[in-house]
Amino acid sequence: MESLLQEEVHEEKIDLKLWRQILRLAKPHKRYIIYAILGTIAMALGDALFPYMTKVAIDRFVVPQTTDGLGSFAATFGLLVLFQCFNIYIFIKMAGRVESGITYTIRQAGFEHLHKLSFSFYDKRAAGWLLARLTSDVNRLGEIVSWSLIDLLWGGVAMVFFSIVMFTMNWRLALLTVCVLPILAVASVYFQKQILRAYRNVRRVNSKITGAFSEGIMGATTTKILSREEKNLAEFKELTSGLRGSSIKAATFSALYLPIVLMLGSIGTSLTLWVGGNGVIAGTITYGVLVAFVSYTIQFFEPVREIARIFAELQMAHASAERVMGLLNTEPEIKDRPGLADDWPHLEGAVEFENVSFSYNPLEPVLVDFNLKVEPGQTVALVGETGSGKSTIVNLACRFYEPTSGRVLIDGVDYRDRPLAWLQGNLGYVLQSPHLFSGNIRENIRYGRLSATDEEVEHAAKLVNAHDFIAKLPKGYDTEVGEGGGLLSTGQKQLISFARAILADPRIFVLDEATSSIDTETEMLIQDAIKTVLQGRTSFIIAHRLSTVRSADVILVIRDGKVQEKGNHNELMAAQGYYYRLYTNQFLEG
Amino acid sequence: MKSLRILWNYMKNNRLVYLGAILSVGLASLTTISAPLVIRITIDNIIGDEPLVAPLLIRNFVESIGQAFWVPGIVLIVITTFRGLFMFLRGRLSAQASENIAKNIRDRIYDHIQQLPYKYHKEADSGDIMQRCTSDIETIRRFLGVQLVEMGNALFMVFFIVNVMWRADRRMTMISMIAVPIIFAFAIVFFVKVKKAFKEADEAEAELTTVLQENLTGIRVVRAFANQDYEIERFDSKNQVNRDKLYHLIWLLACYWSGSDLLAFSQIGLVLVAGTYFTAQGEITMGTMVLFSTYIGMLVWPVRQLGRILTDMGKALVAAERLQEVFDEPKEELVENNEQPPIKGNIVFDNVSFGYEPGQLVLENLSFSVKAGQTVAILGHTGSGKSSLVHLLARLYDYEDGSITIDGVELKTIDKRWMRKNVAVVSQEPFLFAKTIRENITLASGDVPDEELYAICREAAVHDVILSFDKGYDTLVGERGVSVSGGQRQRIAIARALITQSPILIFDDSLSAVDTETDLAIRNALAKRSQTATTFLISHRVTSLAGADLILVLDHGKIVQRGTHEELMNADGPYARIWEIQNTLEAEITA
Repeated sequence: MESLLQEEVHEEKIDLKLWRQILRLAKPHKRYIIYAILGTIAMALGDALFPYMTKVAIDRFVVPQTTDGLGSFAATFGLLVLFQCFNIYIFIKMAGRVESGITYTIRQAGFEHLHKLSFSFYDKRAAGWLLARLTSDVNRLGEIVSWSLIDLLWGGVAMVFFSIVMFTMNWRLALLTVCVLPILAVASVYFQKQILRAYRNVRRVNSKITGAFSEGIMGATTTKILSREEKNLAEFKELTSGLRGSSIKAATFSALYLPIVLMLGSIGTSLTLWVGGNGVIAGTITYGVLVAFVSYTIQFFEPVREIARIFAELQMAHASAERVMGLLNTEPEIKDRPGLADDWPHLEGAVEFENVSFSYNPLEPVLVDFNLKVEPGQTVALVGETGSGKSTIVNLACRFYEPTSGRVLIDGVDYRDRPLAWLQGNLGYVLQSPHLFSGNIRENIRYGRLSATDEEVEHAAKLVNAHDFIAKLPKGYDTEVGEGGGLLSTGQKQLISFARAILADPRIFVLDEATSSIDTETEMLIQDAIKTVLQGRTSFIIAHRLSTVRSADVILVIRDGKVQEKGNHNELMAAQGYYYRLYTNQFLEG
Repeated sequence: MKSLRILWNYMKNNRLVYLGAILSVGLASLTTISAPLVIRITIDNIIGDEPLVAPLLIRNFVESIGQAFWVPGIVLIVITTFRGLFMFLRGRLSAQASENIAKNIRDRIYDHIQQLPYKYHKEADSGDIMQRCTSDIETIRRFLGVQLVEMGNALFMVFFIVNVMWRADRRMTMISMIAVPIIFAFAIVFFVKVKKAFKEADEAEAELTTVLQENLTGIRVVRAFANQDYEIERFDSKNQVNRDKLYHLIWLLACYWSGSDLLAFSQIGLVLVAGTYFTAQGEITMGTMVLFSTYIGMLVWPVRQLGRILTDMGKALVAAERLQEVFDEPKEELVENNEQPPIKGNIVFDNVSFGYEPGQLVLENLSFSVKAGQTVAILGHTGSGKSSLVHLLARLYDYEDGSITIDGVELKTIDKRWMRKNVAVVSQEPFLFAKTIRENITLASGDVPDEELYAICREAAVHDVILSFDKGYDTLVGERGVSVSGGQRQRIAIARALITQSPILIFDDSLSAVDTETDLAIRNALAKRSQTATTFLISHRVTSLAGADLILVLDHGKIVQRGTHEELMNADGPYARIWEIQNTLEAEITA
């Protein structure tokens, strides 16, 4: 479905600045690029020499009816074949080096850059969108820089060599051949563009069909329950009809192109035959030249076609290049101030918001003059509806975002005066739907501290009640969790992520409580694990369970992005406000 | 052979178009090889004065034009025009046939998948089915649309060219054919051998993508544990493997192309030198020599292509088999001669037992009855069989023992789709389609007036949420539109269920992601409705269940407790225990 997004960009004029930047990225592979270019030039030379050999054969041996020197002619031809095959080998090998090398370089640069970018960047872009940048776009860019540019060079050089050979043999005939060229060039560029556009359209419709298939499969049970089979099929058939239509259209365009090129080419050939034939009779042209020209008129169009194709492709690839470079050129919004010292004191975990204001966009302030002081080891619970802005405070405390005005002090120091790693290396983070990496359970827990021993991993699991269920699994700690932890239940994933967090031993801990239902037994294990994890750490909990909230040191009730109430449980109950209503709702039911 | 027959069956209804395409292929190759003949005649019989061996008609024509060289020129253009026409027809007709076929396969498989039973979808690996529906169909389409035609082209070319060559000069024909089988064999052997390299390169890229994807979705985890350097290193190693596999593959291709070019060029050189020798000796004419050196180029490259296509053909056969596996899955029997009685919602379970696997009962001897309009609450932990109840009522599975009656009619005798139309189910993680919110809510109901839609959405406490989206009810859901949270998703699904006005409503843990206040609001709205629909509430949150007319506590497929909230609270059992656990803290403060 990513392709859906990437097809949206329109073709544009070639932007030199952009390509210069890409060439700069190609720099480490300069040596291979040079070899590839040399191979290409030699290959074009070989291509131009083959028809000439036919001319030599006819004029040297056939017409004079002699076989003198045919042996060395054969040897020369053999050498030419070896020369050409060597060129082809070098060209493909080197272009391959360049392609694989450049994709590697750009991808690595992109990946490293992704890890420097702030969360604000991720919040605005879907993971699928970013994934497509570093996969299909980088691949396309790699192909373009290697094959297309080198093919373009081949086309240009081959045309030059062909022209040189033709003009030295007979300039009149050469002019005749060349005169079809401009028409051919214009037709080629026109058709190649149409073809590419038509196929791009096909890809767009095709990605819709992929989407529809995916929906049909993922949503099959829903469809069944809603009895919507016929309507779905009717909608799907509309899509496939659309695809059939646009595919046939694209195929028609490309089926038209070659015949037109061939016909234009045949005009060149017949002109050559006409003028050349007369020339042979008149004795001004040799047989060999005539035959060579006939094959040049046919071969000459190959480079023109190549150039037209690449020209059209380059225009389309421009969008890919722009997106990849756009990613690499994005400045991280949050980064270390220059000149920060390398050593910093141990983090205790005191967090203070001092007149903090924040907005995602200037028109809608989310926090205004917010003040909060959290002592090391205290627990802050954030309560409110989904989307009310609970996570903003957490994001600010973790420096995933920085305040628009005001300061956040950690251990009494503005965190912008410390490196990012100082704070973020001391964070523990457990998400609502915990993210696990594919691999086994042991590896996932160890992710909290990569240097941890097996004993430490198991100890951490025991502390958060995860050991028992892990030990019951057939492969224990070596059980694979599947992609995204898909083989485990939500409750199990949470327990593992607690173990991971406790292994990291962070000073500040963030917990986004699960909303999805977990059965009561597991729920109790989790509540117990939370207590262990919170012990002695400054914590922020985005709470969905009032039982968790009650024991917090500070409760912030957030509504519509504003802190509406602040205090501990007893204070807020006494105030009889929104919190009181929320709380009694649950309780009154009993 | 079996898969060949599958492919042949796919071509049904399009075989005539295909025949047209094949005919065009033949005619295109015939015209292709006649162009060099014109040049040969020009050289030998117009410029030179060799005797022309040809039918009388052509001989007279050639003699009549004398030395007017524009005539063969025009003939050449005419021939090329026809050649172009046939080439166009070839492309157009084969595209038409293959696209028709691909469309038919797509439609059929989509429909088939929709009609596969619930059980299949619960167990299926969706990624694998996706693969079959997309890339396998694409492989077949490419094979039928492009490769088969190219294969036909190569065969026709070889047949015609060898034929003409043989008539022109037998000895030269044999010399021309020396390397051809080697080129063909070389291509086949090579592409069979490199299959592994192709696969390895694909796998390397897939692994790279996985690491990337995990980093993108888990970026917060990576940062929180400050493992950026570790991840960059991990990515680098995958990236390097990917680079090396790709390079290795291209290197293999470099060997192949240069190697097969060596063979091809040698063959061309051999023909040129031998032709030159025989012409110089006066054994063949110059026109014949030029003819051979043109034909050899037309012969060698398609043969090389043929080897590649034949190896690719294996892929198409495998793809056809993989598709057939899906088609072979039996559909759910939806068309039955069953009843479609009016449904009010009186439900009686009498000694019902059920299991997904033989011998493993999920529900055991279940008996209870509900009157139309009542609310039944079901409590139990994961795996206790709560959701199986839903499956039985919607006839997604059939019970083995006992009986379930709806308004006195045995459930098994009621039409499946009729039953599903009368049972509205909201699951814990409802699926929304990539359509607008309005379309998602009215999926099953069809068009509904705005006022009614808004009223229903207010009941589901989601109206205000929807209005807060950019385009309100016309906002797209999913990747290209708004992303909805778990709670919003559940509420939209509740609206989708309520709008059908079904006499039976099932909420399968579908308020779990909604905060307590909204939960209460929705339950109040449902309570008002409950006179009209029999409602099943499944939840872990005991407070959500307390108001029900009947509460069932399930454990390992058996009803261990039943009664109203008051009755169960006074009894010593799991209900009271769970209630206590969930409300301990609250109990403390009131004390």
